[in-house]
Amino acid sequence: MHNFTPLSGLFGGALIGLAAALLMLLTGRIAGVTGIAGGLLQPDTSDRGWRIAFIFGLIAAPLVAALFGAPLPRPAMNGSLVVIAIAGLLVGFGTRMGNGCTSGHGVCGFARLSGRSIVATFIFMTAAIATVAVTRHVIGG
Amino acid sequence: MPVLASFICGLIFGAGLLISGMTDPQKVLGFLDLFGAWDATLAFVMAGAVAVAATGFAIARRRTAPAFSARFVWPDRNDIDASLVGGAVLFGIGWGLAGICPGPALVNLAGLSLPIVVFVIAMLAGMIGNGLWRGRAAAPRAIETSPLPSRADG
Repeated sequence: MHNFTPLSGLFGGALIGLAAALLMLLTGRIAGVTGIAGGLLQPDTSDRGWRIAFIFGLIAAPLVAALFGAPLPRPAMNGSLVVIAIAGLLVGFGTRMGNGCTSGHGVCGFARLSGRSIVATFIFMTAAIATVAVTRHVIGG
Repeated sequence: MPVLASFICGLIFGAGLLISGMTDPQKVLGFLDLFGAWDATLAFVMAGAVAVAATGFAIARRRTAPAFSARFVWPDRNDIDASLVGGAVLFGIGWGLAGICPGPALVNLAGLSLPIVVFVIAMLAGMIGNGLWRGRAAAPRAIETSPLPSRADG
């Protein structure tokens, strides 16, 4: 196992859970990034303020970290820009079609013990693991 | 106040993604690569997040209303339909290709690297595309039944 970082993982995860808990306790909303962003893209959405604010908060997090000397995130990505664009399309279309992603189904759904979210999480995890197995060990191997 | 609270929640959420390493697609792919040099970190992130969120939700369930708005908006669907399954499959394939899901995509946007910008534009296009596709599919029936728009799980 390389690069295994359980402590920063647990701590960072706890912060993600805290954000989800606070968003519910303060504004009554589920912290699902797909639902929050997707709602902004629908013409009939009336509650845009809190959605825009949450997304600005996400984008501002690395900018605040940069004030304390952290580098801005410019992650190395696998594959050509075409593959990245296809991946982006699939993520956008799929998360809206399935009503949630890793935050809404994965974190909040498990925390609510929602059967729907638990099923969705197992399916997208399995599909992702299969995709990585194919790209890394069948095609790439 | 709800807007400020939401901004601060987004900030904490983004900090959690950064600290946990989940904004790094290589770390996410390391978890998804069960048959390679497996990195179990993502499971610890999920465990920490679910434990704290579940505690917060349990407190919320005992209250009548959130601090800064009229009511709690809990997802109310329990059915497992074709959209849930199909959407999860498509999302999983995209997530496995890039190692990026919507939250980390937006956090990474701050770095304005070309691959991330391309990913986010494509992701937003996919979200809009799904909305148009759903609208077209629902349009013929809308006149007869006009169902309430189903609430997103997340």
